[in-house]
Amino acid sequence: MKEYEVVIIGGGPAGLTAGLYTSRARRTSLLIEKQLVGGLITSAGWVENFPGFPDGVAGLELGELLHKQATRYGLETIIAEVSSIELSGEQKVIATTEGEFAARTVIIASGSERSKLGIPGEEEFTGRGVSYCATCDAAFFAEQPVAVVGGGDAAVHEALDIVKYVSKAFIIHRRDKLRASRILQERAFAEPKIDIRWNTVVDEIEGTNTVKQLKLRDTVTSEKTTLEVSGVFIAVGFKPNTDFVKGLVSLDDTGQIVTNEHLETKIAGIFSAGDVRSGSGRQAITAAGEGATAAIYAERYLSG
Amino acid sequence: MSEPTAVNDANFDQTVLKADIPVLVDFWAAWCAPCRMVAPVVEELATEYEGRVNFAKLDVDQNPKTASKYSVMSIPTLIIFKNGEPVSHVVGFRPKAELKQSLDAALG
Repeated sequence: MKEYEVVIIGGGPAGLTAGLYTSRARRTSLLIEKQLVGGLITSAGWVENFPGFPDGVAGLELGELLHKQATRYGLETIIAEVSSIELSGEQKVIATTEGEFAARTVIIASGSERSKLGIPGEEEFTGRGVSYCATCDAAFFAEQPVAVVGGGDAAVHEALDIVKYVSKAFIIHRRDKLRASRILQERAFAEPKIDIRWNTVVDEIEGTNTVKQLKLRDTVTSEKTTLEVSGVFIAVGFKPNTDFVKGLVSLDDTGQIVTNEHLETKIAGIFSAGDVRSGSGRQAITAAGEGATAAIYAERYLSG
Repeated sequence: MSEPTAVNDANFDQTVLKADIPVLVDFWAAWCAPCRMVAPVVEELATEYEGRVNFAKLDVDQNPKTASKYSVMSIPTLIIFKNGEPVSHVVGFRPKAELKQSLDAALG
């Protein structure tokens, strides 16, 4: 079993920044990422709120830059999925699809993934009109009407990206106001191709080979309507990736990892940072900040 | 490591549909981050299945005709073709083990 001083789980902004700090502290460090180093930010189209990029930066490029900087000082990265963490005295043994690794400190920065709606038609039409990645799929719906479900930053951001391609973008939101940041709201309200359907939920996605229409319901009047669209982008929030630590660390009622102000979990030497952590700001920059903080306290634990 | 062959609208018929063994086609585009997750897995599979399955990739941006013919509306999408017909359709990032099951099913 290969041993490190620090194992970081998750290769988004939090994990990469943690790795940058621990490797510069000359601690042997391994970062384990299950899909793509860079994390969720890589599927954001254009990122305008990461300091240091006054004109914005493509999410994919930001992920690559963070990766490049983090690995410059000796951070190792592998692609593997973590199945569990077991305690063996002070050592933590991390079981993955690529074998076991041991370390005295672990930084869990496993992030979150898109939630599903859980309605009829969603699974059936995934890839045939139902999408969870606007930057990947918007171009397939040129000059056609589409819907975006959700009311947060992700939903409004995606609607604003999509209108460059489509004839019309409906935002279907279950509340009477958006949660998205004000600047995004202002842009959405000013965009003639965006039509917001308030207090509305999607009950079903219908189609033949591909998506044809949505069955909608007004949450106030209960009135049912249909809306003809060729595509539906689902942006209704995120689910923390914490399956592999259930029963080990404390989770809050949304499944996020509970830490103290040093970002340490209830287990000494196990830290958490970024979107997966309870109370996280859910921003690339707050994740990066938390990654640095976790790394600083991991270093104190190792030298203490 | 075996590299998937780049195919296009013009040679799709000859290279994929008329192939005498199954062909896995990776529908991708440069702007798509999840496509970059899939690419290395496809390369590994191309090595493991060399001689039994052909591997190809199609840039949907340059080749909209083929993408639309097979209702590809989300990328990455992997389609396995056998005797000119699509027999398996995988959307998004999937673990390698799952892709191997689809390939073995197409071979079986």
